[in-house]
Amino acid sequence: MDQDSSSRRQFVIRSVTGISVAWLTLHWPAILAAHDHAHAVAQSDTPVAFQFFSPDWALEIEAVTAQIIPSDETPGAREAKVVHFIDRALVTFERDKQATYTQGLKDLENKTKSLFPQAEKFSGLSQAQQVQLLEAIEQSEFFELLRVHTIMGFLARPDYGGNQGEVGWKLIGFENKGVYSPPFGYYDAEIAKGK
Amino acid sequence: MTRFETTTPVDFVVIGAGAAGGVVAKELSTAGFQVVVLEQGPYLRAEDFEHDELKKKRIWSPPYIGQDVLTNDHSLQPNTFRKTAKDKAVLSPAVQYGRCVGGGSVHFTANYWRFHEIDFVERSRFGPIEGTGFADWPITYGDLEPYYTKAEWDLGISGLAGANPFDPPRSKPYPLPPLPVKSSGVLMDKGARKLGWHSFPAPLAILSQPYRGREGCHHCGYCIFFGCEWGAKSSTLASVIPMAEETGRCEVRTGCYVRKISTDKAGRVDGAVYFDAQRQEQFQKAKAVVLCANGAETPRLLLLSKSNLFPDGLANSNGLVGKYLMFDCDSGANGIFEHPLNEYKSVVVSRVIHDFYDSDPKRGFYGGGGMDARLEAYPIEYALFSMPPGTPKWGAGFKRSLRENYNRQLMILAHLTSLPLESNTITLDPEVKDAWGLPAMRVTFKNHPDDLKNMAFFSDRALELLDAAGAQKKWALEPEETTASVHLMGTCRMGNDPKASVVDKYHRAHDVPNLFIVDGSSFVTSGRNQPTCTIQALAYRASDHIARQARNGSLS
Repeated sequence: MDQDSSSRRQFVIRSVTGISVAWLTLHWPAILAAHDHAHAVAQSDTPVAFQFFSPDWALEIEAVTAQIIPSDETPGAREAKVVHFIDRALVTFERDKQATYTQGLKDLENKTKSLFPQAEKFSGLSQAQQVQLLEAIEQSEFFELLRVHTIMGFLARPDYGGNQGEVGWKLIGFENKGVYSPPFGYYDAEIAKGK
Repeated sequence: MTRFETTTPVDFVVIGAGAAGGVVAKELSTAGFQVVVLEQGPYLRAEDFEHDELKKKRIWSPPYIGQDVLTNDHSLQPNTFRKTAKDKAVLSPAVQYGRCVGGGSVHFTANYWRFHEIDFVERSRFGPIEGTGFADWPITYGDLEPYYTKAEWDLGISGLAGANPFDPPRSKPYPLPPLPVKSSGVLMDKGARKLGWHSFPAPLAILSQPYRGREGCHHCGYCIFFGCEWGAKSSTLASVIPMAEETGRCEVRTGCYVRKISTDKAGRVDGAVYFDAQRQEQFQKAKAVVLCANGAETPRLLLLSKSNLFPDGLANSNGLVGKYLMFDCDSGANGIFEHPLNEYKSVVVSRVIHDFYDSDPKRGFYGGGGMDARLEAYPIEYALFSMPPGTPKWGAGFKRSLRENYNRQLMILAHLTSLPLESNTITLDPEVKDAWGLPAMRVTFKNHPDDLKNMAFFSDRALELLDAAGAQKKWALEPEETTASVHLMGTCRMGNDPKASVVDKYHRAHDVPNLFIVDGSSFVTSGRNQPTCTIQALAYRASDHIARQARNGSLS
């Protein structure tokens, strides 16, 4: 099995757990076609409905995530669509964290208005103002939770909604091939070359 | 698939299908006995194992990211923790173990170190340590050697015999050659050479090549805290449990949460009472019981198994069940190197150093250990817990560090001694209950001061090694008191004296002739915190003895 088809097989196996390998082998072509279709949808620009965040909240959260992992010469939390990861997490495995977000978003609005009386929303502040505000709340439970969720959404499997286009993995050099063969890194490659 | 009636006594009930229970089930069923294995977790198959970091949970420190897929779920089975009996125990995940068929052998690193000869006689060699239960084992390395060899060949262990100059004698080489060296291993070799130390290919419970119908490792990298979807990790799930089931004499019954080992009027065990997957109470009758529930759940179950004859819990007439708990003690250092290491690929560890394995009185404290080279942090864990000190927690500097360092970092991790103290215990919490209404596990643990001195000593050795290997930047893991553990040892220690131990040298409970206890709880000392190999060698040895006893009628 070559590495590429093997990694594709791995990826698909991971998305259909609980099904026997024999069944998979039998239905392989159909599964791969369906998988490619799903992948295309995930990577399209079609707007995805939020399940927990209101559109306003989503904008605010996205703005904060974009300060935690900014976009520069490489994609950041915004391009990874981390806000979609968080939204989905809050209605699934992180359901018990909803209240922290509801309160945190209120606090964020109040803090924005108290620090910058002319402003309405965090997302409307300048970059420098946003950084200044986050530095003022970085010890809060809400910010720490959002930081953890941003990192998770940036580096988790794309089928959780974030890390779209695997931009998080690409940033750190994580190949996600599923199967590798030696040499794995620079130093063992040097040994293999006999240097 | 073999199914036994609960109402007809089987030869053996084995409680726990983990590293030890899987071996015992295979040995006893292939020896001709009927075996029912009761496992609280699910029967996961290779295709259930996913490459998904959010399905990987560890208990080292909050935030506890990920889900308990392969391990005990603290929301159902809470632990309480305190450092000493004077403190109030508070809810805190303190022990983590495999909770599925195969137990911890499914998700472990797969480091597979034999104990050295010294481990069994260290009290005699080193001398007494006041205030501790430091003691010799009732068996020697020589007694266990044939069973180490049996474990290595039965399960499928990769390694290079003779490569470690400190290795104890062995009767046979490893069945498989070592896994390929990784960049961390090459750097460990380089540092060790410079310092005059001796690194060697890690012995691993992972197949480097196909073996007995199983596939070799494909180097996917999802190894520690993941199950192997290729079946290349030599868990009992992938290796011996299928052999047990093939005999037609072994039933692995899952979703079974044992609440009591039952005894008859004569004080002999006669089966196990458990809640089945529907939480209905069941009673499996048996002629004998082998308890393999791990160093934390084993003493808890014995303490839960109170009766008129055993008012303080089963096998506990001397009050020692649950005492002398030993935990993970480790330390080490991280380093950053110039070029990419890509440590996320392949197995966790490819090189090990045992130069400081033995305790040396000149150091001024008791303690020893071994070191390996790895970066065990998957991307999310890395970004949350493992970045160089001083890295900003968010923003452009955080992102830059993430990009620059993830692939260039490695850790020298030292696996260290944990002294046995009578005050370190597993007991029943008087207030907190688990999801089945049973008293929760209460953990009391505080390191002996020598444990901490040893951690500091090994952090220094790790820094030295990183320096010699050419690290651009390095920092130590600061020694900390241990408050959580995945290696659970010593709570039903073995010994010849029924007043000073729970089981005899063949793992038979001193108090109960047809109860055997075989897992990390049997340990008298901790070895160097890599217990699985010895747990399994003990399981092979115990099984040999149990089968012999059963055959000559001394169990009935």
